Amino acid sequence: MKQNKWRIISLGIAIFIIGVTFPFWYGKGESPVPPALDLDTPEISLLTEKKCIEDTAFMRTKHMKLLKAWRDEAVREGERLYTAGDGRVFEKSLTGSCLGCHSNKERFCDRCHNYVGVAPTCYDCHIIPGEVKK
Amino acid sequence: MQEVKQRITILTSFLAIAAIAMLAAAIAASKTAGIVLTMVVAYIVFAVFLIGFVYRIIRWAISPVPFRIPTTCGQEKSLPWIKANPLECPFGNLGVIGRMAGEIFLFRSLFRNSKAELVNGRPVYGSSKWLWFFGLMFHVSLLLVILRHLRFFTEPVVPFVGALSSLDGFLEIGIPTLYMTDTALVAGLIFLFMRRVLVPQLRYLSLFTDYFALLLIASVAVTGISMRHFFPVDLNEIKTMTMGWVTFTPVVPGKTGILFYMHLCFVMVLIAWLPFSKLMHMGGIFLSPTRNMANNNRARRHVNPWNAPVRVRTYKEYEEEFREQMIEAGIPVESTGPGEAEKDKQD
Amino acid sequence: MSSLKISQPDELIRISYETPKTAWMDTPTVFRPGTWSYAAAPKNLSYLGLPNPRQWQPSDEDWKLPDNWRQIIIDGMKERLEKYRSFRLFMDICVRCGACADKCHFYIGTGDPKNMPVLRAELIRSVYRRYFTTVGRCFGALAGARDLTIDVLKEWFYYFYQCTECRRCSVFCPYGIDQAEITMIGRELLNLVGCNINWVIEPVANCYRTGNHLGIQPGGIKDMLEFLAEDIFDRTGVKVNVPINKKGADILFVAPSGDYFADPGTYTCMGYLMLFHEIGLDYTFSTYASEGGNFGLFASHDLMKSINYKIYAEPRRLGVRWILGGECGHMWRVVHQYMDTMNGPADFLEEPVSPITGTLFENARSTKMVHITEFTADLIRNGKLNLDPRRNDHIKLTFHDSCNPARAMGLFEEPRYIIRNTCNNFYEMAEDTIREKTFCCGAGAGLGNDENIEMRMRGGMPRAMAVRDVVKKHGVNRLGCICAIDRATLTTLMDYWVPGVNVMGVHELLGNALVMKGENERTTDLRGEPLEGC
Repeated sequence: MKQNKWRIISLGIAIFIIGVTFPFWYGKGESPVPPALDLDTPEISLLTEKKCIEDTAFMRTKHMKLLKAWRDEAVREGERLYTAGDGRVFEKSLTGSCLGCHSNKERFCDRCHNYVGVAPTCYDCHIIPGEVKK
Repeated sequence: MQEVKQRITILTSFLAIAAIAMLAAAIAASKTAGIVLTMVVAYIVFAVFLIGFVYRIIRWAISPVPFRIPTTCGQEKSLPWIKANPLECPFGNLGVIGRMAGEIFLFRSLFRNSKAELVNGRPVYGSSKWLWFFGLMFHVSLLLVILRHLRFFTEPVVPFVGALSSLDGFLEIGIPTLYMTDTALVAGLIFLFMRRVLVPQLRYLSLFTDYFALLLIASVAVTGISMRHFFPVDLNEIKTMTMGWVTFTPVVPGKTGILFYMHLCFVMVLIAWLPFSKLMHMGGIFLSPTRNMANNNRARRHVNPWNAPVRVRTYKEYEEEFREQMIEAGIPVESTGPGEAEKDKQD
Repeated sequence: MSSLKISQPDELIRISYETPKTAWMDTPTVFRPGTWSYAAAPKNLSYLGLPNPRQWQPSDEDWKLPDNWRQIIIDGMKERLEKYRSFRLFMDICVRCGACADKCHFYIGTGDPKNMPVLRAELIRSVYRRYFTTVGRCFGALAGARDLTIDVLKEWFYYFYQCTECRRCSVFCPYGIDQAEITMIGRELLNLVGCNINWVIEPVANCYRTGNHLGIQPGGIKDMLEFLAEDIFDRTGVKVNVPINKKGADILFVAPSGDYFADPGTYTCMGYLMLFHEIGLDYTFSTYASEGGNFGLFASHDLMKSINYKIYAEPRRLGVRWILGGECGHMWRVVHQYMDTMNGPADFLEEPVSPITGTLFENARSTKMVHITEFTADLIRNGKLNLDPRRNDHIKLTFHDSCNPARAMGLFEEPRYIIRNTCNNFYEMAEDTIREKTFCCGAGAGLGNDENIEMRMRGGMPRAMAVRDVVKKHGVNRLGCICAIDRATLTTLMDYWVPGVNVMGVHELLGNALVMKGENERTTDLRGEPLEGC
């Protein structure tokens, strides 16, 4: 009876500990290397000033917001031109503007998205230029 | 008087939340504090949670269950032709597991909830499932939200997290997608908090910790949702930090912002406080003797480990006192003279 | 009825559920006449060797406590936290969701927030936090902790003797927190410093000495049972035997002493006697084990065990095969959930087999004690009884599930099966007031005394109102039950709230319907009331 009680309690505690420490042993203690974003594309190498449409911090955290705004404005309201913070003008186009420079989706977009477990729906509709060629 | 006290209690819980938020802001502003928080405090918090939680369970477990006291909510198993209720009045372990599963996953007992009111001088019992509905919604959402966060703690991300996230966000409202569990979590919290504040009886019995617990979880949720939808942060940096934790190679995250530090501080307070709070009900429910025991008392003897002897009156002593009367009334007796009881006592 | 003045029902029903002007920790306890029970007489405490016997009343300013009473209580709490997981767990995990609040008959009947089970538990939880948790020690009132003061002790007394340990709250609690368990511990603690009520302690003292709560001595028991046998002869023309302390009988029968002492329990007892005679059962009563009930349950686990002892000691002495138990609520809480653990194992008895039908009562194979409704239901099912339910046609019955058989045993269908076979007019009360959701009579757990009359009527109100509904709807005139306390206290309750409804045990119903060999034609029921069509 008494042994039985501790068997069940230990089992419960074990399940609890295994559950909450799951991340510690799931990766077998190996430190993953944070994704390095590859900017080495032929298009970017041709640029004289290696600068995205907005600054890096903005692009890192808010690119999805920008793309959403572009989608709505371009597709629904027909406004196809975006004026950046520094006055440069770009076409509101994922495939044209973004992928025009970042032509390496797997090594740029996907690395980060996979790392933080994000599944953007962009490519549900958009085609990826590189993949079509293949 | 009472109203004032209640308002002070509610206000204090808001102030406690504000204090944590301010602390977080201060930490965000100081590089050293940020290092301490993310590299040292994080581990301390986790250790406190883990050890505290296990300690509490063991503490409960050490106290024995001297008697088998299930609350029976259905027909017992007796004669074979009477239909017993194996879930509400389990006779065996399987039934107990079923009953516990019902309590833990479906909040079975809360589902019984009713509301008593006096109508025209008689009590009536209306159905009242809102507490069950929002309570269950809140708890399930919280669990799913926590599971979704595994994307920050596993690399490669555990496969089911992706599936869970896309299911959770399948309405595809906004970018990033709005998670249904986020909405449900907040809705549940609002219901639980407003109920506590607005129902006079509930306000009357509520303690600081009751408001604080809800507000703390709400603060975690609100800062988290804000980071997702309104003030996005660099998840790359965050995951680098969290993976640093779980691989014991902690790193200080780069620029993440005040909101993230608030989220982090609220979570840490919640986790570290949990083992010392009423939130331990998440572990305690498994040990509740009125629910986790079978109603087979008369069929299988339950042993009390400390079953102590008590003073009893033996038949001999009884007969000693009433013998004459018993003989007179023609009731059979063991012996016809005194003295036997003394001898018997020594046995 | 009591000599105490009590308001009329239409006045008493005006219950306000508004919360008091002061916070609960600041609201003093007022010992209003009619809402509390007299303190235990010193002679009873002395007889049982319980601490602090003295002359006092709860309404006194000075409770004459020992100097170190606080330490005694704190030590007592510590001991019980270590002995009862239920107590420690229930102190820790309540989230104050309030689901239990309006489930308590005392809360519904008084509107006093301290009668919400959650707050009743907080009375003791607040002290637990102060002395046994770090958070409580450090943060005090902010953590819901408070010092143990004399006012707190008085509050405990008032409200723990305003809980009938019916377990209804525990049905609705998402964690199964059982206020009965907390009340039991609370009362044990109060007992440690001599704060107990006479209506509990005197029956315990009586039971210790004479074997039954009422203090009836062996000769008296025999007289009463023979008197009932004569009544049976008057009604039926059949002479039944009343075996007492008979060695070597098959079965020892233990009933609550209320059943052979006072109306309407006596009619139930006549039902038992007629049944046993008719099936030719080889059984015996015992004068030593002449009480199935156990008021020790309402004082402390030790006293419960102490007076439960004889229920196993006597069958061992008499050499019977197994034990049959009568209709009684809290008796069955003790027999079903405590007896085997406390005073078992009953390895000197045999697994209970009905000598009439050969049915083995598997669910009682360890404790070896069978509930009489299980026993009788089996007899009826096997066609061993000749029943004429038309003899109960003058009765329109509803059935009150007694708290303990309902929520500590799960005995629902057995009595109903007997009822359906012995009575043509049976109407259930509202679903929220029967079975596991049944409402207490308002006077269990030792509170059924006269001085507590107002609180009894308040606590019993939800039950009474449910009866009144079926009275209006179906013309019900009889309330059936399987509990001796019910038979005594529901009678008062009905007189107050629903005049015209009488209370009866299920075996009285059976006694009426039972066609006995060699009986005269019945013209009256067991109460002497004319049968319909006679």
